[in-house]
Amino acid sequence: MALTPVENQTPGFVALVTAAAGAFFGLFVGTAQGSGLLGIVIGAVLVGGLGFALAGMRDQERMLRWVLTAAFAVAGFVLGGLPAAIIGLLFGAFVGWFIFWLSTSRYRMHLAPYLTPGQVLWHYAFRVICGAVFVFLITPILVVMPLSFNAQDFFTFTPEMLRFDPEGYSLKHYRDFFTNDDWQQAMWNSIKIAPMATLLSVGFGTLAAIGLSQPHVPFRRAIMAILISPMIVPLIISAAGMYFFYSRIGLQGTYIGVVLAHAALGIPFVIITVTATLVGFDRSLTRAAANMGAGPVTTFFRVQMPLILPGVISGGLFAFITSFDEVVVVLFVGSAGQKTLPWQMFTGLREQISPTILAVATILVVVSIGLLTVVEMLRRRSERLRGMSPS
Amino acid sequence: MSDTTHTGPVLAADGTPLKRSLARALRMQKIRALMLIAPLLLFVLLTFILPIADMLFRSVENKIVSDTLPETVVAVQDWDADSGVTPPAPVFEALAYDLVVAAERKEHTRVGSRLNYENPGISSLFRKAGRRADDIGKVYIKQFEKLDPAWKEPATFVSIFADPAWVSSRSDDAEPLFEVSETAAAALPKASTAYTRWARTIQQEDNDSPTKEDPWAPVYLALHNDLAANPQAPSAFGGDAQAALQAVSTAIAAGEVETTTAYDAFVKIDEDWADPEVWRTLKTYSGAYTNGYFLNAADFQKGADGAELRPESERIYGTLFLRTLLMSLAITVSCIVLGYPVAWILANLPSRTANLLMILVLLPFWTSLLVRTSAWKVMLQQQGVINDTLVWLGLVADDARLVMINNQFGTIVAMTHILLPFMILPMYSVMQTINPSYLRAAKSLGATNWTAFWRVYFPQSVPGIGAGSILVFILAIGYYITPELVGGTKGVFISNRIAFHISQSLNWGLAAALGSILLVVVLALYWAYDKIVGIDNVKLG
Repeated sequence: MALTPVENQTPGFVALVTAAAGAFFGLFVGTAQGSGLLGIVIGAVLVGGLGFALAGMRDQERMLRWVLTAAFAVAGFVLGGLPAAIIGLLFGAFVGWFIFWLSTSRYRMHLAPYLTPGQVLWHYAFRVICGAVFVFLITPILVVMPLSFNAQDFFTFTPEMLRFDPEGYSLKHYRDFFTNDDWQQAMWNSIKIAPMATLLSVGFGTLAAIGLSQPHVPFRRAIMAILISPMIVPLIISAAGMYFFYSRIGLQGTYIGVVLAHAALGIPFVIITVTATLVGFDRSLTRAAANMGAGPVTTFFRVQMPLILPGVISGGLFAFITSFDEVVVVLFVGSAGQKTLPWQMFTGLREQISPTILAVATILVVVSIGLLTVVEMLRRRSERLRGMSPS
Repeated sequence: MSDTTHTGPVLAADGTPLKRSLARALRMQKIRALMLIAPLLLFVLLTFILPIADMLFRSVENKIVSDTLPETVVAVQDWDADSGVTPPAPVFEALAYDLVVAAERKEHTRVGSRLNYENPGISSLFRKAGRRADDIGKVYIKQFEKLDPAWKEPATFVSIFADPAWVSSRSDDAEPLFEVSETAAAALPKASTAYTRWARTIQQEDNDSPTKEDPWAPVYLALHNDLAANPQAPSAFGGDAQAALQAVSTAIAAGEVETTTAYDAFVKIDEDWADPEVWRTLKTYSGAYTNGYFLNAADFQKGADGAELRPESERIYGTLFLRTLLMSLAITVSCIVLGYPVAWILANLPSRTANLLMILVLLPFWTSLLVRTSAWKVMLQQQGVINDTLVWLGLVADDARLVMINNQFGTIVAMTHILLPFMILPMYSVMQTINPSYLRAAKSLGATNWTAFWRVYFPQSVPGIGAGSILVFILAIGYYITPELVGGTKGVFISNRIAFHISQSLNWGLAAALGSILLVVVLALYWAYDKIVGIDNVKLG
């Protein structure tokens, strides 16, 4: 749907803008090869010239874009082998798209007709800024993944990896993770602790959330403040307090101690998500159930529970991830026998031992992608159940 | 139903007045709600609130000195700390009795390290003295035994000091805790106390019996001092005990006994025991409760005239608190700067695209903290991804790689990344509710883009900024893991110091005091957050 009727741009305009883009990329290629200035000039002339030449040939857009992509890929390969070929491929695809995006004025079509050129420029500049922030958010997580297949014990890309040499990649860090006793022990400890803590916080938390969402609760604000506090109080303070107190009563360094501590930390998340679900809960449903003769227990399990289940599960997932990720409290409350995965990673990072950490990190990212998907699906389901349109 | 003639209060179906019936129903409802909340409340109180309270208590508790050195603490109260002279002899004697018990229980080093926090060097005094405490008064043992061979027998001591009831109730298999006789307590007060503490200590620590062991040397010292002070004391006893005591007493009166004092013994162990400063420290921290940890945490120390600021070179916590605050502030500001455009674009894009982009925000949010911190370690290292890329691009020379980790920059970058979702999510939920037609209205009334944003849109988005900022600031101020891993020495927070005191220096009181200060700051912010946003409105994802 086009908001604004557009006309094709002149080759001159296209050449100017593409030359600017070419100069920008040329700068990097140039500095890499030793002369930034030369890079700028060559880049500007090359891309600007392409822009000027191709701006008129709009009817052959598809074919020309393929040609450009292929040409840059080949040029890259000739100059610098496989890695350069991939960069060339991406660059060629970008240049092709950019030239025709400009020359057909597609960039203007979806914007309000009254915008001045400056505002159009700002519109796209703003998107580039936002894109940069998204890159900032996601890059660290993406960088970890390929590095975990490193054949060397380095925390950085080796020349072999950059050449896409199969020699440069291996699964040895994953093998290490699955065969090393320390890591396996840590993984099992995490798997043993997190579900128990989750069970405790979900059990108590759901009951309390239902209580809190009743219409007349005395001291509701104060109670809520206390129940949310484990999320707000800095972990180091919780850890210190629990360390002192649990060692007084003999729970320090025990499995139960760690489970209790993690359950306490997970409770705010359960409370928050479940109360949020209960806000949209239609209380007349329980009254209707009672009216038809169902006892409070039946009403709860047959009417209320199925409706708030998505909220409960996503609260549980939050509690699970809290416990599964938690390191400060377990560091103090636990002993060597309760060493969890994050703990093992923490010591590993502090002592810089092996890139096995990156393999673990990749596995954990995959796990969190899975959890994120589940939570997102549950949220939509819950909104659908409550008759809201999923957003 | 049709009968509406009566004029009394409106009645419910069961005949009670409707008002009362309603009140009862309401009360029932309240109780039921509270019953549902109670288990969790109890759970959180026990597993979370109580530990925090315990920590607060530990930050003022100082029982270790008075528990370990009970007699010394009492004796030293009479000494004037400002007099500039060492305390009188009884104080040293009391310390000898206390230390020999503490050394047997291996507690003397703990008192030493406690006082060492306040006056560095005391720890070694206590360690040395504890090791040689049972030599104090040793000179008397041989002399006593020479005067009367009965002193070689443990039974002699038992017959002097033990309560007859205790003697008759004990057997070799089962021995109740030692009880001192009233006679001995009256006639030989110091020796009775010293002997009783010795007897009980060996009973509890070594499972020995006082009937089988000779007491340690300080008991002889006490006995000598008692007899010297009260030559008539032996007459209170009968039999062999009296004879043995009398022999010693007579010899002392005749000046035939070579004497020693606890003071000499301590000064021989280490001459710093004669230093009044050491004793001032001991006296200052002899109370069961102290504000010393808090003073320490605020870079103060207890000087001659109350609290005073530490010398410039020893002030670390003020700097650390300030650094924690400033860096948290820097992180919050960079989160606002980076988060605002993203939240804006998420709130203004069509929902399908926005949801897709939302994943890019939520994925870091859901990814393990350790994963993200290790990722930043990988990125920021000198041989890391960013430096490699910059070198490859020729922007940085290979021998001049940027130092981006183990300093404040590394901490700020990594923590901004980690906390950014906590800023974006509240901002996003506020911006979603801002009606875009306000902006259009402003523009149609002639406002420029900037004016429309600054005067119309921005004020409406301030609650989101406030909520996100407080949340990020609260989380940042107490962070431990990330500064520990990427902060080096210059980029650590107060939390790292707390962890250091808990697990390495073992100065738990100071850790608790630092924690309490941090807790107060966070709770103040929490309160502000509750006022501005309301805790009910916290949203996740």
